[in-house]
Amino acid sequence: MSAVQTAASARGEAESRRGSGARLRRAAGHVLPPLLFLALVLVLWQAGVRISGTEESTLPAPTDVFSAMWENRTLLADNAWVTIQEILIGYTAAIVLGVGLAVVLASSLLAERAMYPWLVVSQMVPIPAIAPILVIWTGFDLRPKVIVIALVSFFPIAVNTLDGLKSTEPELLNLLKTLGAGRWKRFRTAQLPSALPFLFSGLKIGAALSVIGAVFAEWVGADAGLGYLILTLNNQVATAEMFATIIVLAVIGIALFGLVRLAERLMLPWYHAGRKEERA
Amino acid sequence: MTAPQEAPAKLVVEDVGKRFAGDGGETVVALEGADLRIAPGEFVSIVGPSGCGKSTLFNIVAGLTRPTRGRVLLDGEEHASLLGRVGYMPQKDLLMPWRSVLDNVTLGLEMGGVSRRDARELARAELGRFGLRGFERRWPRDLSGGMRQRAALLRTFLAGRELMLLDEPFGALDALTRQTMQEWLLDVWAADRKTILFITHDVEEAVYLSDRVYVMSGRPGRVQLCVEIDLPRPRRFEIHGSPAFVALKQRLLAPLHEASRRQLEEVVA
Repeated sequence: MSAVQTAASARGEAESRRGSGARLRRAAGHVLPPLLFLALVLVLWQAGVRISGTEESTLPAPTDVFSAMWENRTLLADNAWVTIQEILIGYTAAIVLGVGLAVVLASSLLAERAMYPWLVVSQMVPIPAIAPILVIWTGFDLRPKVIVIALVSFFPIAVNTLDGLKSTEPELLNLLKTLGAGRWKRFRTAQLPSALPFLFSGLKIGAALSVIGAVFAEWVGADAGLGYLILTLNNQVATAEMFATIIVLAVIGIALFGLVRLAERLMLPWYHAGRKEERA
Repeated sequence: MTAPQEAPAKLVVEDVGKRFAGDGGETVVALEGADLRIAPGEFVSIVGPSGCGKSTLFNIVAGLTRPTRGRVLLDGEEHASLLGRVGYMPQKDLLMPWRSVLDNVTLGLEMGGVSRRDARELARAELGRFGLRGFERRWPRDLSGGMRQRAALLRTFLAGRELMLLDEPFGALDALTRQTMQEWLLDVWAADRKTILFITHDVEEAVYLSDRVYVMSGRPGRVQLCVEIDLPRPRRFEIHGSPAFVALKQRLLAPLHEASRRQLEEVVA
């Protein structure tokens, strides 16, 4: 008995003695390679464009893109703010809709049978194609963009969350029953936490889709935003400025994805602690 | 040979049976008229081959399944639902990976409405006895198999029920850990004297731990034999070699062996 305990606590101490220096080195090992690779690509791109004498309107060199970005910083920032607002509102709506729908479908077999097929059908409808209809209904303001973004990104959130809610071990739910837990306590104590890793998978896919949704929605009808800006610049054959706009859009997408990942790490420490050890 | 009838029983299972409709619409008899009687503070085991209905019986006593006949009396009373009245530890440890060890073992108290602070205090007092001291803030995945089972047992103990159902708690452990855990469980039980109903298919384990062992036979499940284990307590590991122990083991093994041979003959024929 005591031997078991000593061996086990020795193991515990060894694990907690991990240095912060090692952690820093490991982080650098993850960050440096992609940055070096990016630098290599940019150098080759720059050299290729300069040596071949390609027109800037066909393919601008990285330096052209960066100077276009700097010169148009106010224009980019103003339009980015419009698009960011659309994405934040649309994505939030997608989360509320997706999680809410998943909870309803998970709590009633009848609801799941009645609605799940239509949930799938809703994704077979090409959403960019219904965007013009939305513009007819709601006009050129924020609403059609928010609706399109919510429509494209709620599906992965709903489906993943539903899978997560249904992944709870039935024996665990039985155990909670024998402890006298009612339906709500079982949901809150077992189902919801076991669904969270799935929910976050859905949130990450949804984050990426929401940026695509915003651009599509602006192409259909808008008078501001980065998607609208790309169309305008396209008409002017301002290729370097288009590249600059695309980079800003990518940064918005990466930032949203990063925020979701950060939230995931904060909310699921147990999940990531385990995965790190499995890799090691 | 049977339990003294005049003693007030903790649990009485009277002619309990369970039938349900199978996939093809045929009636499946999972359990046919089981009778058990357990006095307060007793350690009683059920042994039987897989498919003998012992898990069905367990689920009925835990309140998870309703019997199709017979009745279950807890402290002499028939309850509308046994849910929340009986401690229950299934085969899997079912520790929640998103909760620390401490928050896992306090689950029963939490569901019973005890405040988090009080629950943690009660749990901390028991960590040493359950070999979990120093691990209360760890995730369950950091624990060894034996520790996980002890954590699951502590969760069951802390839920505070007088009667605890343990379904093959050591079934997944290696032989050495298993023996250590059996000795440890006897110590814990001797200190608290809770009533334990223990399921196993290991006859040796049943003899070593129990005051009485019920043997169940399969298809349809029924209680076939009840044997008093009159070995002196406290028992230590060395008792496994004593003639009395071996004799009891043989007595329990004989009907089980007979049944499994008959089953094999049916398949071979």
